[in-house]
Amino acid sequence: MENKFPIRQVMDGEGNLTDSSYHLTEELIKEMYKKMLRARTLDKKSVNLQRQGRIGTYAPFEGQEAAQVGSASALGEGDWMFPTYRDHAATLTFGHSVSTIMLYWKGRVEGCVPPDGKNIFPPAVPIATQLPHATGAALAEKRKGTDRVAIAYFGDGATSEGDFHEGLNFASVFKAPVVFFNQNNGYAISVPIEKQMNSKTIAQKGLAYDMDSVRVDGNDVFAVYFETQKAIEKARRGEGPTLIEAVTWRYGAHTTADDPTKYRDQELSLEKRNQIDPLLRLERYMEKQGMWDAAWMEQVLKQCDEEIEKAVWEMENYPEPDVNDIFDHVFKEPVWPLERQKEAYLSQKRGETV
Amino acid sequence: MTTKTMTEVKTNKLTLVQAVTDGMRTMMKEHDDILVLGEDVGQNGGVFRATEGLVHEFGEDRVIDTPLAEAGIVGTSIGLAINGFRPIAEMQFLGFVYPAYEQIMTHASRIRSRTMSKFSVPMVIRAPYGGGIRAPEIHSDSVEALFTHMPGIKVVVPSNPYDAKGLLIAAIEDPDPVLFMEPMRSYRAFKADVPESKYTVEIGKAATLTEGEDVTVIAWGNMVSVAQKAVEQMSGDGVSCELLDLRTLYPLDRETIVESVKKTGRVVIIHEAPETGGAGNDVMALINDEAFLYLRAPMTKVAGFDAPFPFFALEEEYLPTPARVKHAIKEAVTF
Repeated sequence: MENKFPIRQVMDGEGNLTDSSYHLTEELIKEMYKKMLRARTLDKKSVNLQRQGRIGTYAPFEGQEAAQVGSASALGEGDWMFPTYRDHAATLTFGHSVSTIMLYWKGRVEGCVPPDGKNIFPPAVPIATQLPHATGAALAEKRKGTDRVAIAYFGDGATSEGDFHEGLNFASVFKAPVVFFNQNNGYAISVPIEKQMNSKTIAQKGLAYDMDSVRVDGNDVFAVYFETQKAIEKARRGEGPTLIEAVTWRYGAHTTADDPTKYRDQELSLEKRNQIDPLLRLERYMEKQGMWDAAWMEQVLKQCDEEIEKAVWEMENYPEPDVNDIFDHVFKEPVWPLERQKEAYLSQKRGETV
Repeated sequence: MTTKTMTEVKTNKLTLVQAVTDGMRTMMKEHDDILVLGEDVGQNGGVFRATEGLVHEFGEDRVIDTPLAEAGIVGTSIGLAINGFRPIAEMQFLGFVYPAYEQIMTHASRIRSRTMSKFSVPMVIRAPYGGGIRAPEIHSDSVEALFTHMPGIKVVVPSNPYDAKGLLIAAIEDPDPVLFMEPMRSYRAFKADVPESKYTVEIGKAATLTEGEDVTVIAWGNMVSVAQKAVEQMSGDGVSCELLDLRTLYPLDRETIVESVKKTGRVVIIHEAPETGGAGNDVMALINDEAFLYLRAPMTKVAGFDAPFPFFALEEEYLPTPARVKHAIKEAVTF
């Protein structure tokens, strides 16, 4: 099956172009690098903040920046994004602010709320449940006669869930303009993909739904970007869904609550870091192209740091959570049981009851 | 078939299931954003014919035969609902809702609160439920309490054709998700006058079907007809029962329930779902909170047993009967 779904690549780990059919502008190259560096800086900062007890449990994504940034960069205004709790590089690229993402991990519901005009759904916490949502939102766009599309992110473990299959099947049957973007990072918490599935690839699972499927080097931001772009353009033309398997590697834990040294070969992770890291290979490519400029890189890093420090400040100085928010967004119009519970609790808090 | 009432409202004599169809048709005519999705809802018109004819009237784009996948039906409907449509998702039986429970519990019911009202899910999940039609196993489950316990969803149960249409229209118009439970045994049990035009029966309002002084009998769905028989028979024995049809299980109609109990001081609640953890417990809790000092006897329930709904050879043993209800009423009034 691997032969039927060869991994598509534009640039190898050494930063050499393996496919020169794409037009890479300096602007695109630098833009991708900036977005990936921003995401990585945020990710590292978030892990540190968690260690310091300044945010709660966090789900790192270091190593998956190319998969997320490349795919999200292919979306257009008005498109829909259905992320998981690990797809902050994608949501950041598509329009979330850094502080919104941090608020989410600070335990604030405000972290689920996208800016106006940005169709970013809250992170799906159950596994694979967002796939049918993406299908539904995409169908809605199709019915409205727009050319907008939806993209759903999910990991390798998600493809074992029923909702993965239901989402793909519905999309296939109804030709929904949706892109199913899988990040195969090799593990579902501690379970390696070999124990997760007997299938050789995730892309082949699209065959069952007669769905175009492609495997792409998930650490090659250009390959991810162009393959996602193709899938999106196809969806916009009304030619239905695509399943993309981005083969990648996450260095760290599933979340800050578990220890990857117990189940993930750290030597291998180190090797991957040196060989296939998405940022490193782009740096290597840029160096070879004579685009690498230490001063520019320093300036980009400085901008990232400043943006993230500002977001940390915003998160930590955000207005205190409002207890009314527990009650006021359950239904559009209040219902009496909730109103009664609210009144009783608030009155008790104010010391009005014995 | 069409008749005119005193107020010149055109009505039709419809069964409950016909009234459900009529409710969907009435709303779909007015609003292009309303879609029906489910297994066999199109050409077949639904296993109970609740969607009969709709596909011919509104086309396959609006009455959508889906693949056989409950989570997919609800999940896709959520995606449609957050993006401008008002889906009506049909579960063939409430007993088949379990694969979709996760979608309803983790998404439909809490998208509004998770996004501080940025996104909402104006969808209706229709589900035939309940025993008494000799259905195969699992088909007869009555698990409303799974949903009354679920924050962010309303639970509505009509017991007659008029309410079925009016409540369904109210559910479709509701900006939040509504589970609309249709009592299968009542689907074709009788006909009643149903206005041809659009009207609503307010969600959260119970109906007082008979007024009485001695005991408040509370039921919903098909148990209303069981209660009615018991109440009529008790009347012959000189016991005056007030019969409430709750119509909505979340939120309950606090005022009607409490006022009735204040008047009668006695309560018998009837539901066919298993007794433990059933929706009747919340009715009791409400009465305990608001009318405790008016009670003249312990509140009692006539309910299904804490056992899986039996194979149909035994279903009449499981389901509350007028005799069991009468027994409970007698115990209440003689306490």
